[in-house]
Amino acid sequence: MELVCPAGSLPALKVAVDQGANAVYLGFRNSTNARQFAGLNFSEKKAAEGIHYAHSRGCKVYCAINTYPQPAGWNEWTRAVDQAANLGVDALILADIGLLDYATHKHPSVNRHLSVQGSATTAAALQFHADNFGIKRAVLPRVLSAAQVADLVKSSPVELEVFGFGSLCIMVEGRCYLSSYLTDESPNSKGACSPAKAVRWEDTPKGLESRLNGTLIDRYQKDENAGYPTLCKGRFNVGEATYHALEEPTSLNTLNLLPQLKKMGIAAIKLEGRQRSPAYVKQIVEVWRQALDALEEQQDDFKLATPWQKTLSSLSEGSSTTLGAYHRRWK
Amino acid sequence: MKLTLGPLLYFWPIKDVHQFYGQVADWPVDTVYLGETVCSRRRELKQADWLAIADALSAAGKEVVIATQTLLESTADLRSLNKLLEAVKDKNNNWLIEANDLSAVQVCKELELPFVAGAAINIYNAATLQKLAEQGMQRWCFPVELSRSTLADQQAFIQQNNPKIETEVFAFGHLPLAWSARCFTARHHNLPKDRCQFVCLDYPAGLPLKTQEDQQLFTLNGIQTLSGACHNLIQQLPDMQQLGVSHLRLSPIYQGLKEVVDKFDLARQGQLPSSDPLKLVEVDSCNGYWFGEPGGQQINPNL
Repeated sequence: MELVCPAGSLPALKVAVDQGANAVYLGFRNSTNARQFAGLNFSEKKAAEGIHYAHSRGCKVYCAINTYPQPAGWNEWTRAVDQAANLGVDALILADIGLLDYATHKHPSVNRHLSVQGSATTAAALQFHADNFGIKRAVLPRVLSAAQVADLVKSSPVELEVFGFGSLCIMVEGRCYLSSYLTDESPNSKGACSPAKAVRWEDTPKGLESRLNGTLIDRYQKDENAGYPTLCKGRFNVGEATYHALEEPTSLNTLNLLPQLKKMGIAAIKLEGRQRSPAYVKQIVEVWRQALDALEEQQDDFKLATPWQKTLSSLSEGSSTTLGAYHRRWK
Repeated sequence: MKLTLGPLLYFWPIKDVHQFYGQVADWPVDTVYLGETVCSRRRELKQADWLAIADALSAAGKEVVIATQTLLESTADLRSLNKLLEAVKDKNNNWLIEANDLSAVQVCKELELPFVAGAAINIYNAATLQKLAEQGMQRWCFPVELSRSTLADQQAFIQQNNPKIETEVFAFGHLPLAWSARCFTARHHNLPKDRCQFVCLDYPAGLPLKTQEDQQLFTLNGIQTLSGACHNLIQQLPDMQQLGVSHLRLSPIYQGLKEVVDKFDLARQGQLPSSDPLKLVEVDSCNGYWFGEPGGQQINPNL
């Protein structure tokens, strides 16, 4: 299985390559990708430098252009596709049907991967993209159980990539408009969810409050760890109860599903985290490289090494991890 | 301008569903979308029951559209989608399909069935419109989070290149904002999703989610998250008429829907209610998306 690692900056790209990523994925410095953060991502020049660094060490580079362009911004998105193709990336990670169509006709020789934002969860949806855009691979939304993924591998017309570790979307990707309901930015339109510019922290007699564009997302008592106010991870009132009504702050971790994923025939494991530091990237790539190598060597005798899970837990949101939807009970 | 009744998003007992659509037959709506679009575990009505309601409404003069599931997760979900669309094809009576996922677009293409692209199919630009029109799309629903200015650009493209395509805008109701593998209503009751005891039946108007300051933020509806406020574009109706919007969608609410339908019916005939914010239902209104603002906001352009 290929290990696909996040590169939010040139230093992060370099450590991912050095730690043994088989592929890194990056985006440009604008709204054309789903991790639009201030100070993050690549100019054309930096991207060229990163691609050279990766390619000269046998590592592939994928470019995520996985938000949804509107007519007023269309040219910015097609320019990003042209730039990536001209830079010689190994694949474009796309979600928008119009943009997939553009890339298919304009750059037929550049591989196209369907982004997780493309929200394809069935053989029929994957067939749509295979028939129309000849996609080589699709990244699956984090909503399927392990059994459902296994079924899908059997009927999929293309190879499949799944998320292995990192932030967890509780909603099916590409079809979540919660962020733009409260702020003027969403993953689809701007590549941003619960954007930092809308976040306010305030110490009050009732506790430390986090707000998103004025709306109270959570309130922390002194002994509690405060987390980033991603709006689906807040504490809300439903009926008489105040709780994490949608999702707790936690990270996805499928390390102990690795043997199963390999048996199913999954082509690639993706690590989330382009918004994270190079130090974070170094640690997660190191663990996953070791785990994948161990799996190759030990095959059926594969055992998880304790330090791996310890490292991953310490790097997780709320210091806790979950198998997410892969695990039936979580639903 | 045509008025459409969107699919029933909530889970109601079968007798309530029959009673509801019995009344709808006499309402001034032109089109009715029918079927379960949220959760495959909701089987109060079987496929045959939905098709019988479709027959009845069709006989009452309504255009019928068969709506499909939005988030498909299993091969069983895909099988029942195939079964539904094959049944519609066999009836051969020109009913449209509302494709709420690209799975349905693909199956419609294979069965040569014309379809409406639902609002959860991301049609954000002209190239996407064009590509889906080539697959058999006759009408599209404007994605809920987009603004008037994007709609105007899309309408200009349609008028120039493909004037047969019809455009539908979600004009009233709680906005469908997200779908999840997890059922939030079952979670609220500490029940696993696959043994949920069908608790959604207890919430015919959804389950309100409020902030700790009592602001109604969202409405939980099983695996779906709807807006807390009720979206209402009645004041924008003349503007939409000018933009060439052909269909206005009214999404079913539990109580007071008839009054809403009547108000929209009058409005499309030129009798717009006064510019005071309309109190059609007892929850906050919102219209922010239309103005390119956060969707939950209520903008009054006259102030």
